[in-house]
Amino acid sequence: MIVELGHFALILALCMATAQAFFGLAGAQMRHTQWMSAVRPAVAGQFVLVALSFACLVYAFEQNDFSVLYVASTSNSELPAIYRFTAVWGAHEGSMLLWMLVHVTWSMAVAAFSKQLPHGLISRVLGVMGLLSVGYALFILLTSNPFERLIPAAADGRDLNPLLQDPAFLIHPPMLYLGYVGMAVPFAFAIAALLEGKLDSAWARWVRPWTNVAWMFLTIGITLGSWWAYYELGWGGWWFWDPSENAPFMPWLVSTALIHSLAVTEKRGLFKSWTLLLAIFPFSLSLLGTFIVRSGLLTSVHSFASDPKRGLFILGFLAICVAGALLLYAWRAPHFRSDAGFAGASRESFILINNALLIVAAAIVLIGTMFPFFIDAFDLPKVSVGEPWFDAMILLPAVPLLVLLAIGMRASWKHADLSKQRLSLTVGITVGVALAILLPAALYGYSSVLTSVGIACGAWIAISALWDPISRWRNGHTVSVAVLGMSIAHLGVAMFVLGVAVTKSYSDDRDITLAPGESAKVGIYDVRFVKIGDAPGPNYDAVEGEVIVEQDGKHIATLHPQKRFYRVQRNVLTEAGILAGWHRHISVSMGESLGGSGAWSMRLMYRPLLRFVWLGAMFMAFGGFVAALDRRYRKVTVRADEPLATSTAPVN
Amino acid sequence: MKLRFLLPLLIFGALFATFGFMLHRTENGGYDPKIIQSPLLGKPAPAFRLISVEDPTKFVDTRDYLGQIYVLNVWGTWCVGCRQEHPALLEIARQQLVPIVGLDTRQDSSDSNELANAQQWLSRLGNPYVATAFDADGRAAIDWGVYGAPETFLIDAKGYVAYKHVGPLSVEAWQQKFVPRIEQLRAGSVAGSKP
Amino acid sequence: MKKLLLLVSLLVSNSLFAIDGESFDDPALHARYRKLTHELRCLQCQNETIGDSNATLAKDLRRELRAMLLAGKSDAEIQQFMTDRYGDFVLYRPPVATRTLTLWLAPGIVLVGAGIAVFFIIRRRGSQSFDDLPDDKNPDGSTGAAP
Repeated sequence: MIVELGHFALILALCMATAQAFFGLAGAQMRHTQWMSAVRPAVAGQFVLVALSFACLVYAFEQNDFSVLYVASTSNSELPAIYRFTAVWGAHEGSMLLWMLVHVTWSMAVAAFSKQLPHGLISRVLGVMGLLSVGYALFILLTSNPFERLIPAAADGRDLNPLLQDPAFLIHPPMLYLGYVGMAVPFAFAIAALLEGKLDSAWARWVRPWTNVAWMFLTIGITLGSWWAYYELGWGGWWFWDPSENAPFMPWLVSTALIHSLAVTEKRGLFKSWTLLLAIFPFSLSLLGTFIVRSGLLTSVHSFASDPKRGLFILGFLAICVAGALLLYAWRAPHFRSDAGFAGASRESFILINNALLIVAAAIVLIGTMFPFFIDAFDLPKVSVGEPWFDAMILLPAVPLLVLLAIGMRASWKHADLSKQRLSLTVGITVGVALAILLPAALYGYSSVLTSVGIACGAWIAISALWDPISRWRNGHTVSVAVLGMSIAHLGVAMFVLGVAVTKSYSDDRDITLAPGESAKVGIYDVRFVKIGDAPGPNYDAVEGEVIVEQDGKHIATLHPQKRFYRVQRNVLTEAGILAGWHRHISVSMGESLGGSGAWSMRLMYRPLLRFVWLGAMFMAFGGFVAALDRRYRKVTVRADEPLATSTAPVN
Repeated sequence: MKLRFLLPLLIFGALFATFGFMLHRTENGGYDPKIIQSPLLGKPAPAFRLISVEDPTKFVDTRDYLGQIYVLNVWGTWCVGCRQEHPALLEIARQQLVPIVGLDTRQDSSDSNELANAQQWLSRLGNPYVATAFDADGRAAIDWGVYGAPETFLIDAKGYVAYKHVGPLSVEAWQQKFVPRIEQLRAGSVAGSKP
Repeated sequence: MKKLLLLVSLLVSNSLFAIDGESFDDPALHARYRKLTHELRCLQCQNETIGDSNATLAKDLRRELRAMLLAGKSDAEIQQFMTDRYGDFVLYRPPVATRTLTLWLAPGIVLVGAGIAVFFIIRRRGSQSFDDLPDDKNPDGSTGAAP
């Protein structure tokens, strides 16, 4: 009964979404005040219905209702309660319902926090969000219904993939979806602006906080994915350039460009049509990413059960959204021209270069991800494009970007007097170069050009990011929230770059066989295998090793790597024993038991400064969020909107 | 000037068209992203001389089959697909078109029971093979580029690999893919035609 | 018969110690081993390197790789061994061939193209007036450097 209620609620939500789309878009177009005022209630209604539908699905999981096909294929009665909850989004159908729930949550937020926006604009924005809801609901109801019954009911379920039975699965997909789906908000704003024929600084000011928050979630989602892969898969890797990682990385790169471009549009009314295009792409790339991992066309560790029919639907949906948006863009964007100038050295030109390099990076990721697919399409012998290619190619835009970042972030609008930066540049470059020479020399005794450039840029960017806030604070001036956010985010970039440069240059792995009592060296650490014992779990049997990490005879930590055998899906999982620290990670994974002496093959992994990779990314996310809190975004100002295009008169 | 604004649409259009085309091909079976073409086609079949499963005192040597067309079926008792295709193999063997040689692989390097299991399997389920080699260390499977048992190869009389089939073999697939090629080879066509 | 079976099973279990055995003492060989295991695809897996996977094929290939390195084979010979059996698909660093020319040249071309576009845009903007547009003022009336 509850299951059918959930299904019915979703159908009602589809109707509500249709109403929302109609009232929003037609209402704004015809300037029908009553219709426009029906939009917010429609959003609220849709939110309640989708939340109800989701709750019904959760209920089915918690109750172990194996008469529901999706529950039977994703859950199991021995599954711990928390994982029965996360199993709701453990496979395609449920994760699509989560996607929709996140979407209506964003719609609610936009509806709630937009009192200061003109009615026409917000109606259009919510109308577009409604259209997207219609698409999602149709997709779920027609091709991916999680409420489908299984008759006769299964005795028990197939269990959740053991790789997903982990606390991180509670947060990673919701965070990622908040980012992915959140990109629909700037998308909707862009469509609304194109439909209205009006784009001004006010528009940019309204879009910025939404974009920043969505970007924050996307950053967190990607970072969590990387961190989780490291500790869950247990092989020491944290980024594989797998299509499922590239899928959110591309919108991340483009939305980072968007954040910066919006600053120019807000401050100087420039880059309008470019910003519009940038606002359309992250969401389009999100949909493309979804398509890639769910259609089965590309090999990925993260592939859902592939189904060409679903692939075709997503492709159709993608085509309508993107083609529609780009057609509208081609038609209307030429009107948004502005003829103001800026000098060769100016904040605008640095942001322009930033944008160009980020787009080049996104293009490179797209090319590398899609190339094997195109080779297949032409029936040529298959190729793989992996880490070696991506690592090399991404340097092309990344190095110039990192070198220019320290200078650009402190440049003034219109005309930047770089001589004013003389002191900060001297300090930054000196410290950077010094660190790049001393750090490797002191710790490892060798370096490479790339490592040195990475360390130098990291230090230089950090100094530049802290320069203005610190000097303002020391002079007794206040630091605006926006500047604070920017500094935190750029500091995050510095930490990230430092972490990546050091960990990629000085990591080490040792594959070794150890009998109890034996030890081996990895880096400067001694790892001693003590013993092995049983460690049963709720739905698995495990053996657990005790491994001691020492340095120069001093005890550092005791690790407990496990080999788990999950009873239902009958697969083996390796849980690494990890020693996490500020300056390095050590992890130990067990391979297999090698016969009578009790020896085990193991992998020992040393990763210096790995934490900085994720910490830097979290700083970026936090900085973006802080910047969105600036008061000017929440001020309610009544302004005379001046249309810069010649079409309709302003709607208010 | 207008073209600049149409460019994103055109690029996406090209991308979509390719996706749609490939999806369509996947749906009607013309394309399977998981199949990797074998680089062995048209090349000499990798040689091995391994212990026979049926009689471990004897050896199975690929050189013994030079001069005749034969089929090599790579399997293992641990492999679900192999269990599925076994009846089809028995049926194909009954037709006695060409000899089927088996290559039994172990699941894992720690699997020390495969030889015994294979002997039981063949005696219990029936033996479609004229001889079955036991790949004790996985070397033969590597040489043949095996990545997912079951895999079935067609080798011509000159000892070149003519065709490779990945996945369980059905009688239909045998009729459609193997029989025509065998007839062609018998009629004296060039070995190693592309699949 | 039984003796032979025992012998065979001993042979099988002995080879276990060659798998994932001791690391290379020679740092150069160790570095090459690490590099190669991360550039070769495990074909039994869904997009993993043979260095990161514990699938049977990955372990067997690591064993072969180790043997080849100890036998003094070069990186090119080892790659040839792999592509002879599995095709170019097994290499995560795609070969430079006619069909992959686009792949290897595209990033550079895109970068140069972007650079040219940026150059022309900056040049055009440099010659335009620096006056603010009517709605370029902040709500508090100010203009000027701030994010």
